[in-house]
Amino acid sequence: MFGLDAKDTRFLLIVMFLTLATPVLLQPFPETSSLAQFNAGYPDLMQRFAIFGIFAIGFNILFGLTGYLSFGHAAFLGVGSYSVVWMYKLLDYNVLPGLILAVVVSGLFAVVIGFISLRRSGIYFSILTLAFAQMSYNLAYSVLTPITNGETGLQVYSNDPQVLLTEAGPHLPHLFGLVMSDATRVRLGDWVFTFNFGYYFTAIIAIIVFYISLRIFRSPFGMILRAIKSNRTRLDYAGINTKPYMLAAFVVSGMYAGLAGGLLAAMDPLAGAERMQWTASGEVVLMTILGGAGTLLGPVLGAAFIKYFENIFSKINEGVLHTWFGWLPDGLEDFIITIVHPFVGEGWHLTLGLLFVLVVVFLPGGMIEGLNRIAGLFNKKSEKSEEAQDSKSDARESQPAE
Amino acid sequence: MAIEDRNIVLHVNDVHKTFGGLHALADIDLAVEEGKTHAIIGPNGAGKSTLLNVIVGRLAPTKGAVVFDGDVLTGKKPYEINQMGVARVFQTPEIFPELSVLHNVMAPAFAKRDGAFKLNMWQLLRGEKDVQDEAEHILEDVGLIARRDDHAGSLSRGDKRRMELAMCLIQHPRLLLLDEPTAGMSRHDTNTTIELLQKIKQRGMTKVIIEHDMHVVFSLADKISVLAGGRIISEGAPDEVRNDPKVQVAYLGGAEE
Ligand SMILES: Nc1ncnc2c1ncn2[C@@H]1O[C@H](COP(=O)(O)OP(=O)(O)OP(=O)(O)O)[C@@H](O)[C@H]1O
Ligand SMILES: [Mg+2]
Repeated sequence: MFGLDAKDTRFLLIVMFLTLATPVLLQPFPETSSLAQFNAGYPDLMQRFAIFGIFAIGFNILFGLTGYLSFGHAAFLGVGSYSVVWMYKLLDYNVLPGLILAVVVSGLFAVVIGFISLRRSGIYFSILTLAFAQMSYNLAYSVLTPITNGETGLQVYSNDPQVLLTEAGPHLPHLFGLVMSDATRVRLGDWVFTFNFGYYFTAIIAIIVFYISLRIFRSPFGMILRAIKSNRTRLDYAGINTKPYMLAAFVVSGMYAGLAGGLLAAMDPLAGAERMQWTASGEVVLMTILGGAGTLLGPVLGAAFIKYFENIFSKINEGVLHTWFGWLPDGLEDFIITIVHPFVGEGWHLTLGLLFVLVVVFLPGGMIEGLNRIAGLFNKKSEKSEEAQDSKSDARESQPAE
Repeated sequence: MAIEDRNIVLHVNDVHKTFGGLHALADIDLAVEEGKTHAIIGPNGAGKSTLLNVIVGRLAPTKGAVVFDGDVLTGKKPYEINQMGVARVFQTPEIFPELSVLHNVMAPAFAKRDGAFKLNMWQLLRGEKDVQDEAEHILEDVGLIARRDDHAGSLSRGDKRRMELAMCLIQHPRLLLLDEPTAGMSRHDTNTTIELLQKIKQRGMTKVIIEHDMHVVFSLADKISVLAGGRIISEGAPDEVRNDPKVQVAYLGGAEE
């Protein structure tokens, strides 16, 4: 299906199912349970999973396949957000024109930044991309204030043209009248599930761009990108002009980032320069490495994991710890809470940092490698028989494990 | 000279190359005839690899020029030179260690078919049956078909070399440059490689081969140039070179273990 072989089709269908079922899957605990705060099935967070998933999928096309580490991809995220808000201001709240503009403008930015940065490789390339992103960030606060609205951030004002806006038209981000923030809550016993249009909109886009990335991974182009990572000079002597390949990979991943930035503004009609800060560029690097650079699904897992930590783990404060450990004798309770406390709540960065170190040291292939190892333990027997069956067809497309 | 009337496909004209004060190449003139195998031999450090580097555009000559089939190669980029039909096997295998053996061989095939750049993001590798079949065919020729799906980095040194040969052969180059193609191979693999190279010779491929193994040289070469200290000290048919006293002094006596 979709031009893919049986294995990839199965893989894509599983990803589609998981994405569409997210509002249910991430809501495992009943409202009444004390674990309900670990539920992640609320619209704002699920949208972030999908959006940062898109960001990381695109980043991975550059970093995972070619090994070129950009430290400036947040610039495209910011450009995407500004594009969408500008279309709100000029036309109306329909997100579509803005998203198209976001992809186009970030693509143009990527052509310029990529063309210059790719004159160097390794650490110099990283530094050049970082410099461009910081330049964009500072310009957004200074010279470009008429476009970015500086520190206040870009938003829609009542005196904006909005030439397409009618009295009746939604005054919130929407797609042809379907409002992003619309949600249906479904109660099943003690469980409450929220089905939000904005999430499904981002999720479907995420599935589409995931499919595109899958195609790129399986294309001759993707193979040549991997070859660039493996031994770039050898390609020169094999007749490949590697520069345009690199630039194409850079631009595609920049467009993914622009789309992600646009979607952030499609969910929440604001754009600010802080989205372009180097920490945001660093975050997508962490997501990709944590999940597994160069694998298809890893970056998405990494993105979800980090966003989960940022939003859920950070909420565990001292009060919550007391309800958990309240059953312990007082002295012991205080002792345990003193130990655990620095790692939760505001300390979530510390825990994430430690996890990151552990993953990089023990699982260089990221969370995907961890999952593959676990799956390997369970599947040893069943896999053998399966392999024997379709070894002929599967081995032909054999790719490093995803 | 009579030789000028024949079909010379590669001309190296008065090439010099200095590294700092070191004259790695001096006064090099070379004429390689179409369809023939031209061997370059000489002691370690004689400048043999440097000469190939100048031909494929890795190094710019200090002086002189290389002309291939009427076009000046000097100043062109390596990928342009390859696109003109020049392929090379390196002295230390240059491969894509993280890619499968099959993909190592397919990558140069795409360069041959699609040119130096093609934005082929939407095609699928599995749809490229022709390229894959040809790659498999050539892997059979070099005896590596069983390793098709292994990471190239896991091959032995000799196997890497044979794979690199396959990477070149799939491009059907007009000129194939081989820098010690059998170094690190077992006697058996060396002999199969000789047979393979003899087979492609029948298809009319021009070859320049650097080799220390005299068994290989004398089985393949139509003409030999002997390089020592950056200069060509002797040149001619294999038998002439073998009996040249200068060569015996500089090289042959010492190297034929
Ligand atoms: N890039 C370089 N920079 C400086 N010196 C170099 C460079 N490449 C080669 N040389 C020097 O030029 C001389 C010729 O080297 P070259 O590699 O061409 O020898 P060779 O004939 O291929 O020897 P071998 O049989 O050992 O491969 C050597 O003295 C070498 O050290
Ligand atoms: Mg050499």
